[in-house]
Amino acid sequence: MRCKECPEPAIIENPQLCQAHFTDYFESKVKKSIDEFGLIERNEKICVAASGGKDSVTLLYILKKFGYDVEAIAIDEGIHGYRDRTLRFLKKFCSENKIRLRIYSYEKEFGKSLDKTVKKGEPACNTCGTLRRHLLNKHSEKYDKVATGHNLDDESQAVLMNLLKAQKKLFSRQGPKTRKIKGFTQKIKPFYFLKEKEIMVYAFIKGLNVPFSECPFARLSYRSKVRDALNKYELIYPGTKENILNKYLSIRSFDNQETNSCTKCGSPCSGLECKACRIQQRIASET
Amino acid sequence: MEVFIEKTGETKNVSFSGTAKALLESLRVNSEEVIITRNNKIITLDQQVKDSDSIKVLSVISGG
Repeated sequence: MRCKECPEPAIIENPQLCQAHFTDYFESKVKKSIDEFGLIERNEKICVAASGGKDSVTLLYILKKFGYDVEAIAIDEGIHGYRDRTLRFLKKFCSENKIRLRIYSYEKEFGKSLDKTVKKGEPACNTCGTLRRHLLNKHSEKYDKVATGHNLDDESQAVLMNLLKAQKKLFSRQGPKTRKIKGFTQKIKPFYFLKEKEIMVYAFIKGLNVPFSECPFARLSYRSKVRDALNKYELIYPGTKENILNKYLSIRSFDNQETNSCTKCGSPCSGLECKACRIQQRIASET
Repeated sequence: MEVFIEKTGETKNVSFSGTAKALLESLRVNSEEVIITRNNKIITLDQQVKDSDSIKVLSVISGG
């Protein structure tokens, strides 16, 4: 298979491009998302929510390459054999690329690691996601925006998951950039229109050598079932994921998001207390 | 040929000659979820692989 732009061999089928043309394509697509959706202004300070996986590491690499003022925040949930490994790589990457990295742990912030919390019966992915978002928001106050490595695969899965669970509020909150809401650092997703496979190919070309590591709880999640189903569907009907996102963006409407402030921590929420505080109280009461 | 499957961390010795796509099908791996390298260079699914090649099946799925 030849590159559609030159006689060199292609390294990816869709788009059918060689290494040099794929690199141009990838970087142009990130720039286009940033420009079209106004994700980053030149004078802004950005923090990347980094896990040490290929998406966030590649995002750090490319934003730094583009000359943005970027730092990294990582959350150590305390998942033995997984997060310790990804953080080891992230520390090395940030040190080599002169990127400031701050790490906040569940153990220090909440008094218990996720491993301990799950042993007490808390649902892993739900608890983890809520507490991680809470800490990210809490520690990203001084930044203009938080950039995440969410990609076309993640986002098409999220659209489908929210649809299947009739999560109307969540359904209206997706997209390449969240709205400005008091108490929340705005989130941006520069890889919104890029597939996981494309990010992996770019990371490989650039020699980022991000080791694969899978969270031991990931297989239990609802998302993993939706992801597997969507990947099977994409194989039969190529373009399905992209269609889901494009259709979603064309029908998206914004709801009136949280207007209350949590009585415990002050975070925006729909009730009296935010979900993160409710989980923390439950964790604290477990012996 | 030696086939390293990143997701499971295992290296398999398989006798195979054909396309990368057929190799993935024989390993029951969804091509949406991986990229393949032959002798440390990325190849497309239509490329031929043979016994003397060193193949890696790298997972593209986020681990979290």
